[in-house]
Amino acid sequence: MQSAMTMSLASPSLTIAPRSDCSSSTFLTSRSLRFCGLKREAIFGLNSSHSAAARLVSSSSAAVFSSSSTKQRLNLKVSASVSNDNGTPSKEGFDYDLVIIGAGVGGHGAALHAVEKGLKTAIIEGDVVGGTCVNRGCVPSKALLAVSGRMRELQNEHHMKAFGLQVAAAGYDRQGVADHANNLASKIRNNLTNSMKALGVDILMGAGTVLGPQKVKYGKAGAGETVITAKDIIIATGSIPLVPKGIEVDGKTVITSDHALKLEFVPEWIAIVGSGYIGLEFSDVYTALGSEVTFIEALDQLMPGFDPEIGKLAQRVLINPRKIDSHTGVFASKITPAKDGKPVIIELIDAKTREPKGTLEVDAALIATGRAPFTEGLGLENINVQTQRGFIPVDERMHVIDADGKLVPHLYCIGDANGKMMLAHAASAQGISVVEQVTGKDHILNHLSVPAACFTHPEISMVGLTEPQAREKGEKEGFEVSVAKTSFKANTKALAENEAEGLAKLIYRPDNGEILGVHIFGLHAADLIHEASNAIAMGTHIQDIKFAVHAHPTLSEVLDELFKAARVSRKASLSPELRFSVILSWYSKQPIFERINSAKSQFAFLYLQCLVFFLNLI
Amino acid sequence: MASFSFSSSLSTTSQIQRLSSLPLKPQQGKLQKSVVPAIQSKIREIFMPALSSTMTEGKIVSWVKSEGDVLSKGESVVVVESDKADMDVETFYDGILAAIVVNEGETAPVGAPIGLLAETEEEIAEAKAKAQSKSPSSAAPPASSASPAAPKAETPAPPPPVDGPRKTVATPFAKKLAKQHKVDIEKVIGTGPYGRITPEDVEKAAGIAPAKSPTPVAAPVAAAAAAAPVKASAASPAALSDIPGATVVPFTTMQAAVSKNMVESLTVPTFRVGYPINTDALDALYEKVKKKGVTMTALLAKAAAMALVQHPVVNSTCKDGKSFTYNSNINIAVAVAINGGLITPVLQDADKLDLYLLSQKWKELVEKARAKQLQPQEYNSGTFTLSNLGMFGVDRFDAILPPGQGAIMAVGASKPTVVADADGFFSVKNKMQSCFSFCSASSLANLPVREQYQKLAFVRAFTKTSKTRQGKKNINGTSNEVHQLCKMVLQPYPYH
Repeated sequence: MQSAMTMSLASPSLTIAPRSDCSSSTFLTSRSLRFCGLKREAIFGLNSSHSAAARLVSSSSAAVFSSSSTKQRLNLKVSASVSNDNGTPSKEGFDYDLVIIGAGVGGHGAALHAVEKGLKTAIIEGDVVGGTCVNRGCVPSKALLAVSGRMRELQNEHHMKAFGLQVAAAGYDRQGVADHANNLASKIRNNLTNSMKALGVDILMGAGTVLGPQKVKYGKAGAGETVITAKDIIIATGSIPLVPKGIEVDGKTVITSDHALKLEFVPEWIAIVGSGYIGLEFSDVYTALGSEVTFIEALDQLMPGFDPEIGKLAQRVLINPRKIDSHTGVFASKITPAKDGKPVIIELIDAKTREPKGTLEVDAALIATGRAPFTEGLGLENINVQTQRGFIPVDERMHVIDADGKLVPHLYCIGDANGKMMLAHAASAQGISVVEQVTGKDHILNHLSVPAACFTHPEISMVGLTEPQAREKGEKEGFEVSVAKTSFKANTKALAENEAEGLAKLIYRPDNGEILGVHIFGLHAADLIHEASNAIAMGTHIQDIKFAVHAHPTLSEVLDELFKAARVSRKASLSPELRFSVILSWYSKQPIFERINSAKSQFAFLYLQCLVFFLNLI
Repeated sequence: MASFSFSSSLSTTSQIQRLSSLPLKPQQGKLQKSVVPAIQSKIREIFMPALSSTMTEGKIVSWVKSEGDVLSKGESVVVVESDKADMDVETFYDGILAAIVVNEGETAPVGAPIGLLAETEEEIAEAKAKAQSKSPSSAAPPASSASPAAPKAETPAPPPPVDGPRKTVATPFAKKLAKQHKVDIEKVIGTGPYGRITPEDVEKAAGIAPAKSPTPVAAPVAAAAAAAPVKASAASPAALSDIPGATVVPFTTMQAAVSKNMVESLTVPTFRVGYPINTDALDALYEKVKKKGVTMTALLAKAAAMALVQHPVVNSTCKDGKSFTYNSNINIAVAVAINGGLITPVLQDADKLDLYLLSQKWKELVEKARAKQLQPQEYNSGTFTLSNLGMFGVDRFDAILPPGQGAIMAVGASKPTVVADADGFFSVKNKMQSCFSFCSASSLANLPVREQYQKLAFVRAFTKTSKTRQGKKNINGTSNEVHQLCKMVLQPYPYH
């Protein structure tokens, strides 16, 4: 029953409205659309507590036959989530049902979902609401990248000429750019704060510390600390830039992403240590603003972590033609900030042999070697939890594991602090998953369905496995792996934009059509990936999704082409409408059903639902 | 500084010289195909092909064939990675792959031999020996393969004794350019901060005008120029004589734009006319309207606009050297110094607006200019420019006529001067020096004298306008003074 409710809730306005006055046939069809979603969920075992068939039957029967009662319940549910009531403290005598430590994107996502679920929720923040993403990460960097994208376009004479446009020397005002980033951050910060306030989430200012099971204190050290109790606690304290040993960060010439986003100066020549997402995005910003960039990468090739093919193409477009050079396979063992009339000096050593590999003299150095979890002062010792390289160990349900390998009751950790997937939206998804669990519905987040994007120009995005990972998995589990590729060069919209450089790559199982990974490099790749990530999350297979229609001409047709380019041996499952007509025609020819139908229609329909289910499985 | 540039060791110098002087074969620009006959009859060299028009070097991704393999014409031999894509390279000849000169993962410039192809098995040993001679420095072609130009290239300027190791610091783009233009980065003198080599330095050394965006130089030219950089790099800094310790601060975008405009203005033939203006009346008028927010700039702009109404030829431009383009609007651009540059906000239709509106408009424009929020048409639609340095005590100067305009007026400070009138009486009057730079696009010789007079008449007209006394009421009640001025301007001039 529960599942039926949540499924329907996903689009209450759509399903509730037609229920009362639509004819039963259309109603049946619209219901059947839901089955296909449920079916996938059942097959992929997101919920292990019920048997798939039983759930399906119960949910669909609930939807079909007890429509009036469902409607009532739905209405109740909807009104509960609409009213700004942040629940009442649960009966068990806690101050809150849920306390979240850290008001970043992860904590925010969890808080919103918790209120929707009727939990009395508080969020503790020791710094500013919004965390890294909003204040020192994704958000301000997007502002800078928006500027750099435009600058790059305006500076590209060839590109402009191809459009027939004439642009005089494009210039920028550094302070103006910096202000844009700053204004955006504060705007999003306010939005975040207001959205929580509007729902009645208590925002408690001060660093939070776990005192023991279900007990947290917060407040400014020495200035009155308050102890509160909560049924469940989520740690969402996030991360800070990682600065390797030997590097002296002065915040002026040797900087981390925190400083770089303020854009206090645009150096003529900047070394970027690390060529992952952060390094790449900053190289895009700095080169567009006229800087020259030197990458220092410890691994043997730039852009580790990306699918090799995509990485190679990206390197051709994002690095080779730009004012960028690189040193790979080296560590920056020592970085001295510029002072006494000397430039920033970077000492390099070989990543493997540790032999000196010379020095670099540059105007500035940006440390983009990754991020370290921010878990200090959380009072983890109070609950016998040992961090691993700073990360809080958790199980697949984000349940915190203590030093003895046991689960700590009522304590969860989401986001960068657990290090599972250091992405803002992954943290939020983990938070929602935890709230689902504490409200009684088991839920495991499929991290392979969480997309990631790098907002260079053009963008890079990905979901699932890379080709080498997929092949390794295929070898281990004994399935074949195939790859399909499409180019942006064949896409009308991309050509119209004169941005035809790009590639989309699909990694899949040719036997059953499962999508293992999708990687896109090209115009608006970050927006395009969601069709693939949603397909993975819903368990939609290529043979089905390739029948989905895309508006023409749009960039989304790149993915359309991609799915159509795949060669899957299994045939498409029948479309919902078709499925029904087949069953109904068969059903009407069966005299036995007629009898049952006249006797007790409910059982017949139950039987029917089972049939639908099994047919879907075919 | 200059002595440093020669301190790199002899061996590297000559190698690079040889490399860059390698004549590029005609496969340049041709895709895919690459194998080209080399010097000797039987042993052919496989060259790094140019797979795209922008490719300067290629990386060997993999050798499809290995040493000793028999190749037939049209077969793929090697996979090369260019700046754009990976491509299979085929052979044009049958033979045996005798030696691989550039190994997998290594790079070689376009045109450099990457492998040797022998015709018969007997020649393999010979080819191998040849390969040996070139393999130590992976990409460097052998001396024997160099064209007659090579010996010359080897001789130039024996480098002076090495005075200790010198570290070359070059920016990423400088290095890229050096590779592209085949400039030996060790020989370039750095003028950037901390003596580093900037892209401009490399361009200078390659003999390219730095303003131009780096377009790939035709290969033969690059090869021919290869010997030159040494000379160029030694000579050009000498001409500009860098003072040690000087720091180079690149132009901001605005400064670059101003600089570009100023350089362009050199193509505009101009002549200049100076004229003193008695400003007693103007000053009195200014005193009177000052409290209403009218600035001297607005007054001068208005006066100029009124004079232009009478002399449209001055408000015209000459775009092609053949005709006048008469502008329908009188837009007075006024030069303003703003932080880090110069901009000319434009008072559009200055002849039609009254003095007060004009002053108000001007105030808005200046504020916008300071905030860098001027729209393009607010600073580039001028038909006549006014530049006033009077407030700085400058008593006279001449201004540079921006391209596309008919004239610019430079105004100095107004100061008390002893003057003698027609009757020989001395008096002290406020006088202002003005200097007009006129476009003489169709050149003084071709332009009818009348046109010249018109231009001069404009000067008179302007002076008249500024000089005119105020006092009479205007019918419509707006800025009667200036309207009065205009009436006087309307009177015909004897030059016509």
